[in-house]
Amino acid sequence: MHLLQVDSLTKRYGHETLALNEISFDVRPGEFVAIIGPSGAGKSTLLRCLNRLIDISSGQVHFDGVNVSSLRGAALRRQRTQIGMIFQHYNLVNRLSVIENVLHGRLGYKGTFAGILGLYSEQEKQDAVRIIESVGLGEQIYKRCDQLSGGQKQRVGIARALVQQPKMLLCDEPIASLDPNSSKIIMDTLREINQNLGITVLVNLHQVDVALRYADRLIGIKRGQLVFDGDPNLITDHQIHQIYGSESGDLMLNPRERYAAA
Amino acid sequence: MAVTTHSGRIRVRPLTKANLSIQVTLIGLTLLTIYSFTTFDARNINLVEALGEMLNSFRLLFFEPHLKNTGWVELWHVLLVTIGLGFLTTIFGAIIAFFLALLAAQNLAPRWLAQVIRAGTAVVRAVPTVLWVLFFAVSAGLGSVAAVLGMTFHSAGYLIKAYSESFEEIEPGVLEALRASGASWWQTIFQAVLPASASALLSWTFVRFEINFSTAIAMGATAGAGGIGYNMFMASVYYLDLRELGALSYAILLFAMLLEWLATRMKANLGAKS
Amino acid sequence: MQPLDIFQLRRRHAIFFFLVLVALTYGAVLVTEYDTVRGLTALPRAATWAASNFVPDAEAFRRLPRILAKLLDTVLMAISSATVASACGLVVALMGATTTRLHPWLSLPARGIASVFRNIDVSAWALILLFSFGQSSYTGYFALFFVTFGFIVRVMIETIDEVSTDSVEALRATGAGYLAIISQSIIPACLPQLISWVLFMIETNIRSATLVGILTGTGIGFAFDLYFKSFNYSSASLVVLVIVVAVLLIESLSNAIRRAVL
Repeated sequence: MHLLQVDSLTKRYGHETLALNEISFDVRPGEFVAIIGPSGAGKSTLLRCLNRLIDISSGQVHFDGVNVSSLRGAALRRQRTQIGMIFQHYNLVNRLSVIENVLHGRLGYKGTFAGILGLYSEQEKQDAVRIIESVGLGEQIYKRCDQLSGGQKQRVGIARALVQQPKMLLCDEPIASLDPNSSKIIMDTLREINQNLGITVLVNLHQVDVALRYADRLIGIKRGQLVFDGDPNLITDHQIHQIYGSESGDLMLNPRERYAAA
Repeated sequence: MAVTTHSGRIRVRPLTKANLSIQVTLIGLTLLTIYSFTTFDARNINLVEALGEMLNSFRLLFFEPHLKNTGWVELWHVLLVTIGLGFLTTIFGAIIAFFLALLAAQNLAPRWLAQVIRAGTAVVRAVPTVLWVLFFAVSAGLGSVAAVLGMTFHSAGYLIKAYSESFEEIEPGVLEALRASGASWWQTIFQAVLPASASALLSWTFVRFEINFSTAIAMGATAGAGGIGYNMFMASVYYLDLRELGALSYAILLFAMLLEWLATRMKANLGAKS
Repeated sequence: MQPLDIFQLRRRHAIFFFLVLVALTYGAVLVTEYDTVRGLTALPRAATWAASNFVPDAEAFRRLPRILAKLLDTVLMAISSATVASACGLVVALMGATTTRLHPWLSLPARGIASVFRNIDVSAWALILLFSFGQSSYTGYFALFFVTFGFIVRVMIETIDEVSTDSVEALRATGAGYLAIISQSIIPACLPQLISWVLFMIETNIRSATLVGILTGTGIGFAFDLYFKSFNYSSASLVVLVIVVAVLLIESLSNAIRRAVL
């Protein structure tokens, strides 16, 4: 049984630009999948089509047996509660405290009235506090998010996704704005979530070495097309070069060496 | 650590100074607004009836404009007078403000002098422009002279603040380098201060021109400054002609929108440069 | 050779700019029939006249309670028109902002209406509203209301798009509803800016209300006009003094609030 089935997913902007071209792949529950490719390849568009932040032009997306591509309104919102999302720029409300931002993850479960007033149950608050502590921000619960470092902000983003109690996490370049040290903490956290909670993780990455290190499975995207899908150990340097094209330069020359060193 | 309230619930919104000030401000504004309605000087106006009349007058104003007591040529002439009044007072104000702002910037002038000038301009700005114009009208008579003097005063007060703040944003290193090389005060001004802040000065001056165009209309209506404001006043109070008021309103609306569009474009250009 | 050209070109630009300004200024002098000599000689005369006549005397101070009552009317009108107009302006700004609009077609009318309201000067609005509300406080109230409304819509559209685009995406991804996103993310993110603009409009409206009061016979503007036209200059000067003190007090209060809120 697959958790996520993507079938000939295509996204067009206007008539000319083809952002995604007939992408198909399946994801099993509990997998840790890294989507790699150069910037502008369509990785972000792909993730946003999966929870329908962007509308699909043609093709099908099934998540947990439900056809996501045709959902609307309340049904779409209910579907989204099952999928957590993490962003490159964290996308927090900077003026609000950590716990307020984390509790935003519960809004999808609320009716109109409770949602407007931001009424959370004690159980929800306790869960939020527990999750904040588990990502190592126990001391920062009431700090405003604009006073946090980048790595801490991303952990708030992860906590917000986790209080949704999602079946899957979509991570859009989660470490692209972070220093190497914070990047490692974030990627380790994502791996722990994947292994301990059994949550499926799809992560967009620009850096091949990180992808090789953490993922069970690699999906390569180039100019909107799926060009690789398989075990990270089976991808060749030649294939990596093909995915990244001239952009790779010497950064990507020896990904396996960097992987070994790290 | 999570904080619980005395009833054992977990607190979500922390009681910070900022949150508290926001709440106090909002409550204060709401209470003052409610109080203001209880003291309203309504003078036997039936609000519902009057609002209906207002919609009707908007219909006449915007959909049936005509020119009767003001001819087409006169319309353009009085609009030009109002624009000229706004332009002249902006230029005069800018020239005065440039020199005084140099003395009001804390990185260019002695601290005490800067503070004295700042305080003085704050008082000048606190007096509404119309009162300045009426004040000068006593010795210069009602007309363009009083209007130019009064509006220039207020413009200068506004621009001194804006300019001196722009000067203060110049990186200290730039001034230091020039001073270290032995440049005189005036050389520093013209070689470093002016080039570094020129675009900011220009955009503030343009903002003030937008304000002065509006003010010039108001001065025509209330302080005998002439221009389109006077024609609007006559159309409203003497001829009771909403349709003509509509045509005049379209004229000022067009020019004000043109200015706003230019200002937005200038801002975009500045943003692209910096 | 080339650097010299650039300097020459720049100097030519500067001279051209300067000449255009001089020509425009001369044109403006002609069209407004401004008499430079009379303007310059009026200044010292105004100063000497003010020193002897424009000073509050004992009789003026007996009128102080009445003047203060008029001032209170004007200040209250400025506050309440700014507050109510800002609340309405926020709603329309939500319709106009790219991040929060319900439909792209709503955006243009929202921006257009606001543009008409703010680009017709407050004095012109007063002249228009005299037809419906006569010489009552309503005329001034709605004149201030319209201009504030137009201004707040414009600045809040910018603020909403600047401050909250990212966090709105995150909240949509959690499955939160439209109203919950607005009340839990956009409002908290924009509130400090909104308060700052409301305070700015209150300061502006006090000055505008004085002007409008002259046209509509209400508030402190009427008090000034009355004393001024009956040549009671010492009482008129007290009115100016009272306005200056009130404006400076309110300015420093609102600066203090801005510092605390932002």
